[in-house]
Amino acid sequence: MLTKRIIACLDVDDGRVVKGVQFVNLRDAGDPAQLAKRHSESGADEIVLLDISAAHQRRATLLDTVRRTAKEIFIPFTVGGGIRTLPEAAAVFSAGADKISINSSALADPTLITQIAERFGSQAVVVAIDAKRHNGSWQAFTHGGRVSSDRDAVEWALEAESRGAGEILLTSMDRDGTASGFDCELTRAIADRLHIPVIASGGAGGAPHFVEVFREGHADAALAASIFHYGISSLGDLKQHLRAQNIPVRWPC
Amino acid sequence: MIAIVDYGAGNLVSVKKALDWLGQDCAITSDPAEVRRARKIILPGVGHFASTAALKHSGLQDAIAEAITRKVPFLGICVGMQWMFAGSEESPETRGLGLFPGTCARFPQNVKSPHVGWNQLEFASTSRMFRDLPPSPFVYFTHSYHAPVNGTTVASCEYGGRFSAAVERDLLFGVQFHPEKSGEIGLRLLANFCAI
Repeated sequence: MLTKRIIACLDVDDGRVVKGVQFVNLRDAGDPAQLAKRHSESGADEIVLLDISAAHQRRATLLDTVRRTAKEIFIPFTVGGGIRTLPEAAAVFSAGADKISINSSALADPTLITQIAERFGSQAVVVAIDAKRHNGSWQAFTHGGRVSSDRDAVEWALEAESRGAGEILLTSMDRDGTASGFDCELTRAIADRLHIPVIASGGAGGAPHFVEVFREGHADAALAASIFHYGISSLGDLKQHLRAQNIPVRWPC
Repeated sequence: MIAIVDYGAGNLVSVKKALDWLGQDCAITSDPAEVRRARKIILPGVGHFASTAALKHSGLQDAIAEAITRKVPFLGICVGMQWMFAGSEESPETRGLGLFPGTCARFPQNVKSPHVGWNQLEFASTSRMFRDLPPSPFVYFTHSYHAPVNGTTVASCEYGGRFSAAVERDLLFGVQFHPEKSGEIGLRLLANFCAI
């Protein structure tokens, strides 16, 4: 049976993990390569690295970070943040990413989805959608949630799928950072309409939230950052909890 | 040297990275002469079945077929495995090598496609690839088409029905999943292939 994936996310700025860095016994807690390895060993099904540094000159640092991180892990590895063109995506793949995640650039030029999918396969293209509630529906936002795109998030997800996206990484801006649980309503609204997998993100505060988003939100995977870094929920404990609730997960890893 | 065949489809870095980790002498190559000299051959592949047409045009197909007749161990991964079958519904005009019988088909409408994520293998028989693996291990899949179960199936998987997750005949091996992305289990499987 296909299992539900638990994805550990690293937010990286200028080569360092910037959110949630309180691992004990980790000499360099902010090093993405070390954290990725640690998460992989403790049972993460996938690693997502999001580059949140804005400055263009930091691309070289990002590629170096991707290269060093990819060397340490043998599970799927997605990289996102600031990828605007096919050559930029190609550079990230050559550095060792299995999938790239695009958000603002896909909304600005939706053909980018198809371009990358045709060259690297749909399975390598994750379209990230930052969605925020607005008058009873959800709007897609760009530029790290700062700019509204005026696009309906559900419609945009459907378009992304038809243009060749292999997965949707769906972040609830309303829940992000609140630790109050995933937005199951948003997740279900998109997961039920699409034929490609939907990764729920934003709001994870504990194991019961994951149970909810798989059961009520119909998510195929769930992503979290700080709860894993801070050790509030160890990946092993989380998976044991899910198993006890009869949610299929990869265990033992 | 283990040749990782590059025919312009997808991303070969992760296979190379896994073999490097295992300390294997390997190279990514699109040169038929280098493929002919290889001690073992791995054909990775993600994406569209039609991309395998490039193997024929580039002379790589002849090099691979010739190496296979000399009993050079061969491993096809994902689309690389599908290419070892007669063909795929994904691109009916593109012929596979026909080393295994049958045609690859799309998943039924009642399940999401592509099949992405970790699913469990059910071993149908022993295989040199599976030496020292625990029973029913989880491995990582990402594909929209799948190969039929037949007498050469050494592991199957359940998703919208049962399909061939791994096939084997003599020194020919194919896996639908990605061993290079399947953690410890996948690395062990690759090490087993390298040791054949």
